[in-house]
Amino acid sequence: MPAFLNQLPIGLSIGAVLLLIALGLTFTFGQMGVINMAHGEFIMAGAYTAFLLGDLLAALPVAFLVAGVMGLVLERAAIRHFYRRPLDTLLLTWGVSLVLQQLARDLFGAPNVQVPAPSWLAGGVGILPYNRLFIMGLAVAGVVAVWVYLTRTKLGRRTQAVVQNRQLAATSGIDTGRVDMLTFFIGSGLAGVAGVALTLIGPVGPALGTYYIVDAFLVVVAGGLGQLRGAVLAAIALGLLNSYAEFWSDASLAKVIVFAVVIAFLQVRPQGLFVLRSRVLT
Amino acid sequence: MLSVTGLESGYGRARVLFGVSLEVEPGQLVCVMGRNGVGKTTLLNTVIGVLPATAGTVTFDGRDITRLKPHERVRLGMAYVPQGHQCFPTLSVLGNLLITVEAAKQPRAAIDAALEVFPALRPLLKRSAGHLSGGQQQQLAMARALVTKPRLLILDEPTEGIQPSIVLEIEAAIQRLHAAGLAVLLVEQYLDIALRLADRFVILDGGQVVRTGAAEELHGEEVRRLLAV
Repeated sequence: MPAFLNQLPIGLSIGAVLLLIALGLTFTFGQMGVINMAHGEFIMAGAYTAFLLGDLLAALPVAFLVAGVMGLVLERAAIRHFYRRPLDTLLLTWGVSLVLQQLARDLFGAPNVQVPAPSWLAGGVGILPYNRLFIMGLAVAGVVAVWVYLTRTKLGRRTQAVVQNRQLAATSGIDTGRVDMLTFFIGSGLAGVAGVALTLIGPVGPALGTYYIVDAFLVVVAGGLGQLRGAVLAAIALGLLNSYAEFWSDASLAKVIVFAVVIAFLQVRPQGLFVLRSRVLT
Repeated sequence: MLSVTGLESGYGRARVLFGVSLEVEPGQLVCVMGRNGVGKTTLLNTVIGVLPATAGTVTFDGRDITRLKPHERVRLGMAYVPQGHQCFPTLSVLGNLLITVEAAKQPRAAIDAALEVFPALRPLLKRSAGHLSGGQQQQLAMARALVTKPRLLILDEPTEGIQPSIVLEIEAAIQRLHAAGLAVLLVEQYLDIALRLADRFVILDGGQVVRTGAAEELHGEEVRRLLAV
């Protein structure tokens, strides 16, 4: 029984990391129709930032900035020429992803590196280790911050408007190009924060992002594009499913189970958990 | 005020407009008419900049705006109400107006002025725009255009698919705005509404202007033939 319960914080913290990653993806995909495979490398960049700085708390804002600026540069330099052509963005960003991974190999070497966890995160309460709690806290803070941004700030309301109807937003006087840049910056920055969180539960390597990017896309698709609530629920569900499937079988069978469940779910609800509904769209 | 010369545009390789020219003088109401699929919506989309022009020019107040982005055109004083009573469904009615007033850098008082034109929206301000009826959404869409304080209002079939009682309100609102000196470029399917509102008309067929003239000439047999389905 305790072993069974021990999976709970593991599943929840994986879900929390997936959520931080998916928050960025769900908006770049939902708002701009971009399938950004290089999003995983922003996670990796965040993790290496933590490795270089060696200080968890300092790494959080710096990783946000580093990954955010990388996202911004990618958007301005390449992706914006491919808006509304999802398949082309997939190829483009996959290439960028491979380049960035090789760059990391050249800079930091191919072997994994370990980031020492701060002493104040050792131990835990009951079945909940402090490091896993910290990751869950990060995800909660990330969701609250994104929610406040979207609903309480001018720029966030403009972001919502662009997600809901890009053309109408443009003809309402909104500079959609600027909104796109900002969304990319924030989404990529959150992936950097997720990378910092990952240093608490495992080693850091050049391919770190590739382990999470596919699961994060599953969260986006299952939760519904551009849907905050959907991303939260889908991330928690997938995190728990992942860890319990692994607990009862093994790592590779667990992946099969997760994929099978997501495919079955999408047969029933092809639009994901939540959909934008309006008379305009019917 | 608005001057379109030799405008060509389309979707990908499919060209829709083949050299359209038209003028809207200050305070004038120009009605673009034509059968389905002749390029009326494409023309408006190109004038506001949602679609890029592949040839020709659009000038506004003597300034060439052919390459400007839509939001830049809005800030110059053009407003566009696209087809199909569109709004931002998850935002409230007030939220829809606020976002536009902020984006267009207008004072909040502009909202009150727009609600004077559409008083029916006042009790609905807190309601989510996605839950309004089509007619209410169309009024909201027009109010949203008005809060940008336009000098030229571009309307794409504002009465299409709207319950008759609200069609009358919308027609009256356009009449009042026009009477107050606002220039309007209108696409309208109903000949009787066009006849009551328009100063001038432009008839499109196959992506080209086939007839223009003053409203009085709309009664002609030839004009009716051009509009017959």
